[in-house]
Amino acid sequence: MEYILQPWPWYVSGPCIAIVMFLLLYFGRTFGMSSNLRTLCAIGGAGKRVEFFKFDWKSQRWNLVVVLGAIAGGFIAHHYLSNPINIDLSQNTVEDLKALGFENAGQSLLPPELFSWDAVLSIKGISILIFGGFLVGFGTRYAGGCTSGHAITGLSSLQRPSLIAVIGFFIGGLIMIHFIYPILF
Amino acid sequence: MGKYIKFFVVGLFFGIVLVKSEAVSWYRIFEMFKFQSFHMYGIIGTAVATGIILLLVSNQLKIKTINGSNLKVPLKERGLTRYILGGIIFGLGWALCGACPGPMYILVGTGVFSIIIVIAAALLGTYVYGLLRNKLPH
Repeated sequence: MEYILQPWPWYVSGPCIAIVMFLLLYFGRTFGMSSNLRTLCAIGGAGKRVEFFKFDWKSQRWNLVVVLGAIAGGFIAHHYLSNPINIDLSQNTVEDLKALGFENAGQSLLPPELFSWDAVLSIKGISILIFGGFLVGFGTRYAGGCTSGHAITGLSSLQRPSLIAVIGFFIGGLIMIHFIYPILF
Repeated sequence: MGKYIKFFVVGLFFGIVLVKSEAVSWYRIFEMFKFQSFHMYGIIGTAVATGIILLLVSNQLKIKTINGSNLKVPLKERGLTRYILGGIIFGLGWALCGACPGPMYILVGTGVFSIIIVIAAALLGTYVYGLLRNKLPH
């Protein structure tokens, strides 16, 4: 139990994620978390206006159930299986974040500077969340997958399109952290 | 209802793994893009390595899915533009809000309800992609 309560090392977590991917393939499905965004748009009636959302979303219900499970898993892991909650970040990261105005990096799962209600209620705070979320939703559908679909499933099956997409993920991420963050924060 | 239970259990396991590995943490994503820790690279690297082995072995053993069909990963369409441009756009957003789609849902479970704003914006982004799809280079 002691081992479960501690943060899990990468060499345990990575193989566990591969098992998730493999189980879904074994059940005759594929691992892809962002597809649910398209399904939710379709459920909301987007198919009436846009062709892209005109599909039988009921065939995707299994994936929404995966999402429900993931939410429950997040709840259980955070409330019952985490002790301590602190994240053991590298000292350089903590210092770099401090220079950008993020205090106490790693003392919580997410920085209160971005996700606390005080932050969300500021123009800058809510703009960052909306803009970031929009780019993720737009980019993942444009690229045809996200971290689960391309980085895990696509790379595991040695597909070149997924390798290109993952390179794109990193180009975008590096531009954001190294060039845009210093302007934003 | 019964046929959905296994998907719920897989999701449950996925949610627990991503929280316990700290991959849902904005801080870990920042640290990854700063190359200041091996942690995230270790997770993604061992996930892919294990995935490759699992797929090779299941291919060798000709393991079938529970539906009786061959177990295989659907192939992505060939192309370059959509993967590189879409990938870059995704990466910008991933680094900005520190969450990709899986962690977005999982974070709701951990009680960070402001992430729902990010999910709503991601739905909007998906919708706008659907609107512009025929005008974008793929």
